Parts: sequence; C-alpha cells; structure tokens
Amino acid sequence: MLDVVWLIPALPLFGFLVILLFGRKLGDPVAGYFATAMVAVSFVITSGVFVDLMSLDASARTQQVKRLFSWVAVGGLKVDLAFLTDPLSITMCLFVTGIGALIHLYAVGYMHGDNRFSKFFLYLNLFAFSMLMLVLGSNMLVTFLGWEGVGTCSYLLISFWHEKDSAATAGKKAFVTNRVGDWGFMMAMFFAFWAVGSLDYLHINGAAGSLSKSTATAIALFAFVGACGKSAQLPLYLWLPDAMEGPTPVSALIHAATMVTAGVYLMCRMSPVLNVASSYAPTVIAIVGAATALFAATVAVSQNDIKKVLAYSTVSQLGYMFLAVGSGAYTAAIFHMVTHAFFKALLFLGSGSVIHGMHHEQDMRKMGALRKWMPITFGTFIVGWLAIAGVPPFSGFWSKDDILLAAWDKSPALWAVGLVTALLTAFYMTRQVIMVFYGEARWHDAHEEHGAHGDYEESNVHDSAPHESPWMMVFPLVALAVLSFAGGVINLPFKASTERLATWLEPVLGVHETTTAKLKLPFALLAVAMGLLGIAVAYAVYYFKRVKPFEPAILADAWHYDRTVSAFMGGPGRKAFDGVAWADAHLIDGAVNGAGTTVQATAGQVRKVQSGNIRNYAAAIAVGVVLLLTWFIIVRGIL
Amino acid sequence: MLADIVPTTTWYLVLAAVLFSIGVVGVLVRRNPLVLFMCIELMLNAVNLTFVAMARKLGDIGGQTTVFFVMVVAAAEVVVGLGIIVSILRRKPNATTDDLAELKG
Repeated sequence: MLDVVWLIPALPLFGFLVILLFGRKLGDPVAGYFATAMVAVSFVITSGVFVDLMSLDASARTQQVKRLFSWVAVGGLKVDLAFLTDPLSITMCLFVTGIGALIHLYAVGYMHGDNRFSKFFLYLNLFAFSMLMLVLGSNMLVTFLGWEGVGTCSYLLISFWHEKDSAATAGKKAFVTNRVGDWGFMMAMFFAFWAVGSLDYLHINGAAGSLSKSTATAIALFAFVGACGKSAQLPLYLWLPDAMEGPTPVSALIHAATMVTAGVYLMCRMSPVLNVASSYAPTVIAIVGAATALFAATVAVSQNDIKKVLAYSTVSQLGYMFLAVGSGAYTAAIFHMVTHAFFKALLFLGSGSVIHGMHHEQDMRKMGALRKWMPITFGTFIVGWLAIAGVPPFSGFWSKDDILLAAWDKSPALWAVGLVTALLTAFYMTRQVIMVFYGEARWHDAHEEHGAHGDYEESNVHDSAPHESPWMMVFPLVALAVLSFAGGVINLPFKASTERLATWLEPVLGVHETTTAKLKLPFALLAVAMGLLGIAVAYAVYYFKRVKPFEPAILADAWHYDRTVSAFMGGPGRKAFDGVAWADAHLIDGAVNGAGTTVQATAGQVRKVQSGNIRNYAAAIAVGVVLLLTWFIIVRGIL
Repeated sequence: MLADIVPTTTWYLVLAAVLFSIGVVGVLVRRNPLVLFMCIELMLNAVNLTFVAMARKLGDIGGQTTVFFVMVVAAAEVVVGLGIIVSILRRKPNATTDDLAELKG
C-alpha cells in the first residue's frame, strides 16, 4: 500500500472536484455523504499504509519517500511533489482522516437544510486535502502548500455564513493573523534552504548536526513563529476564539482536532533542528506554551458562550503541546495531540449537538437541564469532560500526565503552571457541563426570541423543546466518546512495551530521556488530585451554589488583550500603515514614476534633433566628416 | 605646347575633389529632390574617379573592380530612389525636400 500513499490526499481532492462540478445537482444530503465517503476511503487507505509501514524495519520506516513529479526546479532549488510516509505523518493522517470522516458525517446532519449545503462540503473536502498535503509533504514547500490551503479553507469556513458581519470579520481576522505566522514559516524555509540547500525534511534533518547553532536557532524560532500563528499561541492566538463564528463541525475539525495542531506537527517534524538549536530556543517555546495554557484557561473560566469556552480550552491545550515540544518531549506532544483531537472534537460536536437541539442558542446561561432531553449527547459529553479534566483512565489523563512529567524535567516552574492549568481546565469544563446539562431549564424564555437565531439555518424541528440530534450526528459522538475513553491505550506509561506510540514514533522523534521516571506515580496522583479539586470547586460553585461565582469582567474580556491589540491596530497601528501606504504611493511610486517622467521629458527635448529635413542631416554628416578628418590629420598626424 | 602637358594622377584627384565638393554643396543648398539626387550621383562618381585613378597609378585592378560594384549599386539605388521621388512628386507636385519632413521627431 505504500505506493498508493498519494491516494490519501487525492481522494478528498477528487471529492472536492466532483462537488465543485456537480455539487448543486447532488444537493442535500447526497453531496455530504459523498464527501464523507471520500474521506472515509482515505482513512481506509491510510490504515493500509499504516499496516504496511508497521511491517517494515524501524530504520526503514523513516525513509519512505514517494515522488510524484518535479514541481519546482530552478537553479539549485529542486522541489519535488513528494510524500514522506513515516510514523509521524501516518499518525497524523490516521486521526485527520478518521476524525475527519466522523465530522463529515456529523456535518451531514448539522448542515441539513442549509441553502449552501454542498458548498460546505466542497470546502470541507478541500480542507481535508490540504491538511493531508500538509502532513504528508516530504519537503517544506509541499507542507507550505497545505499550510496555506488549510488557512484558506479556514477563512472560507469561518465566514461560511458571511451574511453575518461578525462571521465575515472573524474570517478576515483569522486570515490576517495567520499571515504573520506564515511569514515565520517562510523565513524558516529561506534559512533552511540557505543553510542546507534543500527543502526536503530528510535532507534538513539529516544535515541538522552540521548546522551552526545560530542557524539552527533561527530556523527553529522562525518555524515556531509560524507554529504560533497556525496553532493559536500567544501572542497570535487572537483569531481562534473568533473563529467560533463558523459552523460547529468546522470548529471541531479545523479549530480543535486538525488544523491548529499543524504548528505542533511542524515543530515535531523539525525536531532534529530544534535539538541542535541554542538552549534558549526550546525554553522560549516551553514558556510560550505554558503561558498560553494558563492564560487561555483563566479566560475560559468566565466565558458564557458554549463554544467560546471550548475555543479557549483548545488554545490552552495547544499550549500544553508546545510546553511538551519545548521540554523535548515530542512524543508527549503528539500523544496529547491525538487524545486532544479525540476529546475536543467530541466536546465540540457535543456542543454542536446542543446548539442544534437548542435551535441555535449558544449562550450557556440560557441552557440547563438538558441531560433529560439529549441523553446521548449528555453521556458522550460527560466522557469528553472527564477526558479533558484528566480523570483516569480517560485518555486525557495519560497524555497530560506525560507532558507534566516532561515539564518538571525542564523546570519545576513550568510544571507548576501546567498543574494550575490542569486545575483550571477541570474547573471550567465542570462549570460548562453543569451550566448546560444540570440545574433548572433556563431556555423557556430564550425561545420567545427563537426567530432571531433561525435566520441562517432552517431548523427542521419547530417545537421549542430541545431535541436529540439525528443518527448521523449521534454516531460520531459515540465513536469519539469511545476513542476519548480508550485513546490512552496507545501510550500507557507502565513499561516499555505498553508505550506503543513512543516506540512507534521513536525513529522520527528520538527518545526523550527523563529523570522523573520514579516520580510518575506521585505526579500522577497529584495531577488527578488537582483535576478532582477543580471539579469539586466547580460543583460547589455552580451545582450546590455554596460559593458565589467569581467571573470578573477582565477574564470574560480575555485580559483585555484582544481589545488592546484592536485599539492599537486601529489607532497607532492604523496610522503607521497609512504612513507606509503613503510612503509607498509617494516615495516608492514617486521614484518609479519620476524615472519614467524624466526619461519622457528628456526624450521630448532630444527628439527635436530629428527635424525630418534631409538637408539638415546632410549638413550634420558633412560637418561630422570634416571634424573626423581634422581629428585624423591634425591630432593623430595621419597624412 | 599642349602636348607637353602630361596629366598626372594629381589632376584626376583634384578633379574628383572638385566634383565631390560640387555634389556636397548641391546636397546642402538645393531643395529640388531630383537635383539632390543628381548631386549624390555626382559624389559617387567623384569617388569612382578616385578609385580608377589610384588603380591606374598603383597598377592594382582592385580599384577598377570596386568601381563596377559601385556603379551596380548606384544603378539599383537610382531605381528605388527615382521611384520614391516620382511617387512623392505625383502626390505633392513641386515639393521641395524641406516640405518632406514627415519623419521629424
């Protein structure tokens, strides 16, 4: 199956083309099922490739490059459109296609009745294609193609309901913020090509040992700037909470499970370079990760929009992954990426199911008591909640624990930040579960104004009571709940043979040496205790109402960070850009236009010499001959 | 008396110089395109005369050969040039070269 690895991205591309041509004809829901089938078949092929790759020797697993054609060949720059099949890329492909297929199926139910139904799946398939190009690309340029592709799809899907001003703005915001990151990615590419003379990962990583420390640092840190943009880390996280304007399947697929992990993937892919960089480079990454994790967790505590909580939670969990990357525990980062993809996709889809059932109500203050009306959604959401809160044996516990161990190795301070974040995570997720599913039903009044929410999607049920979602929405929830519960088995820390993911990824990511092996149990107990403490506090505050909720406005407003950036960009920033635009129009264009005008004016004068009068020309020739003769005879002394 | 005078090469060269100068002055001062044309021919033939005279003096056949080439080219040039002049004069009777300044920049 290794030879047909190109089929993995090709199938979603095929789906994209078919829906592009016949989308309207296929319509609702056939276009959706077709798109789902494409990604599902892609998943089957990925599984086949995975099995084939398993049968190879560990050392041969990293060298499987499938070259399709030479894409760019200019001088010393030779870039092939080629796919690198190794444990890392296939791990990514497995959950991108697997979760992708489930979310596609879910979207068939969620988007039912939308008048741009087929267009939604057009974008979704294009996204799947781009994401698979990103992870399978054997060189940075192919990855960059996917990187820009997912960015574009993200833009298109965030502003899918572009009649809403807020959705259109959020799409633009995501796109523009990502450009900052793309600059970093491009700089990393330029540096890598300058230092290594190739963009191939195998070449770059192979030559990593001979790179100078400063070059390696530059490549790693610029790649990290790119990762910050795509993976919503401080200071570029701004776009992700706003991205929740998109339909919920988009939030689950792009802004939780797959696209936002691209930055973590890139850092892991370039890990040999990061390993030879100066020691401050990983420290910077770890600090940014930890800071983002804590920052976003504090903000999530006082959000009232069901999706905003999950958005900030995603930012926070991505911070964990970067904390792991910065600590050198790449396997832990990938492990958390996989489990996070499971439980965060589950939570998003669960929230989507709630939103769907509540006729597009997103404010948690207007929910409550939904467990009686939406039992399956409730049950699966509980699984997701326990997984993210780090309760054993749910998957999130194992991966979060791995990261905390690695963080302790890096610095106890980082570990402490991670632990506090774990507590906050358990707290805000419990708060969400209680606000949505427990307490008294607060949605009776809300539905008086139901009409305001039904503008963009026709709801097929018009009675005001919440309802359970159709099977194609419930099935992905159940599947993801199973994965969220059992996902931890891929990397259990008991002994070497149960650390399957670590062994599997070792040829690519290397072994992470820890000094904390003996501390595993006490650390795990401490982390669980923190998680349970968070849950208990949240129960006391929101369920038993013993304590008054503490939700200061500054947290709801994300520490005014977004507001400050907007104010700066709208004020001095805007002026600076206007200045740049002015300089461009007057100085640069002025120089260019000035050169043109000067030539024109000079030529206008010079052309008057061409009088068109033959006798003038003859006279000029005659005078010239005389002058030449004079020159030869008098000055040169000829004759 | 006259028989004593033996023409030397210098005479021919002087004659050629005089003819050439007449041609140059003609090109510079006359306005009739036909006269202009004749003046050019005059200059060409002045040069031809120089060639022949020098060929005779140096005993080199090359000069005379060159003259034939010049005459052939001049004939071809006359065909084209006269054609142009005739068509110009048909369109603008009595045109002088000063009137024909369409190609001015």
